[in-house]
Amino acid sequence: MGVMVPFNPVEPFLRSERMPHIWCSGCGIGTTVNCFARALAESKLPLDKVAIVSGIGCTGRVAGYLNLDSFHTTHGRAIPFATGLKLANPELTVVVYSGDGDLIAIGGNHFIHAARRNVDIKVICINNFIYGMTGGQVAPTTPVGATATTAPYGCFERPFNLPYLAESSGAVYVARWTAYHVRYIAHSMADALRKKGFSFIEILAPCPTLYQRRNKLGDGLETMRYYKQHSVIRHGANTRDVNLHFQGEITLGKFVDIERPTLQQTMEQRFRQVLRDRYAG
Amino acid sequence: MPAATTGVKARKFRGEVLITEDRCKECGFCIEFCPPKVLEFSKEFNRHGYHPPILVNEAGCTGCDLCGLYCPDFAIYGIRVPVESPAATASAAGVSPLGNDTSGVESVRQGGGI
Repeated sequence: MGVMVPFNPVEPFLRSERMPHIWCSGCGIGTTVNCFARALAESKLPLDKVAIVSGIGCTGRVAGYLNLDSFHTTHGRAIPFATGLKLANPELTVVVYSGDGDLIAIGGNHFIHAARRNVDIKVICINNFIYGMTGGQVAPTTPVGATATTAPYGCFERPFNLPYLAESSGAVYVARWTAYHVRYIAHSMADALRKKGFSFIEILAPCPTLYQRRNKLGDGLETMRYYKQHSVIRHGANTRDVNLHFQGEITLGKFVDIERPTLQQTMEQRFRQVLRDRYAG
Repeated sequence: MPAATTGVKARKFRGEVLITEDRCKECGFCIEFCPPKVLEFSKEFNRHGYHPPILVNEAGCTGCDLCGLYCPDFAIYGIRVPVESPAATASAAGVSPLGNDTSGVESVRQGGGI
């Protein structure tokens, strides 16, 4: 080999033998994985102390492609698995990387309770507004008026406002970005990796095969251009006001960054108080 | 060096992109979001029938690696090569910085060359 063998900065974090991955052309998930690799590199965390947990779905594949201790759990159960992992081995940095259908629909109950208890895990939610892998069904994040395979006349249900849901449930760090805002995502992920407590980052990403195509919104690149033109960054915005509307303005930013004792800390404090010398913790 | 002929401020490094062509799925993110717009779709196909990007303006590339940050397929990335280094000299003479032995990296090509 020559004197200089440059390598792709994301390569040490990938299981290269599994490439090319299954994500469609124009899908934003791979872009967020780049940002995550940069954030991990910046955090200088020892990689054998980082675990990544995914549920089912297109984003659920991230765990399988990253060269970390990774767990691909059953549908919706990434957060309870991660909670157990963190409590059993508190020195791990546990990251949940999954989609909106997995985390917020079938796993919605786990999501609110992990935030309420302030479990020290970092939750990265790639929101493509539908169930991608199973064929584009309507999800609790589908905006009113958007068409999905199970909403042929347009969705008429009010979607979740994820940052508001996370903040009101008790998350200590809440941010939202789009797949276009790569540098912001990387910084935000690095922030979350340093943060103690339930951190939540929502990333809007194009699903050109199902969401964009069914709604005649063009391809992935067209959507990225849309994100570029119609996003407004308002750090510290009230999460009540950051609802997403079908093809409306997108409010981005770091909305919440507070301190609150984690589940581990409150548990230890309580046990020490009650059990005194009998608590081995 | 090409960088000296552009009229822009002379740099101590030269930007370069490296492309794993067979991973590319032609989404166009790298071409669209490249700040100096130095990439274009190649006329050639990769193994899967997509047109990977090529570097069409070597002097314009700053090696900022924004293409690498955007690429959802981990197929491209940018580097900065110091202009004094032997690798840079070799590259200017038409030799890949990966060396002539490309075993194991046959699908990795220097952005500018075909």
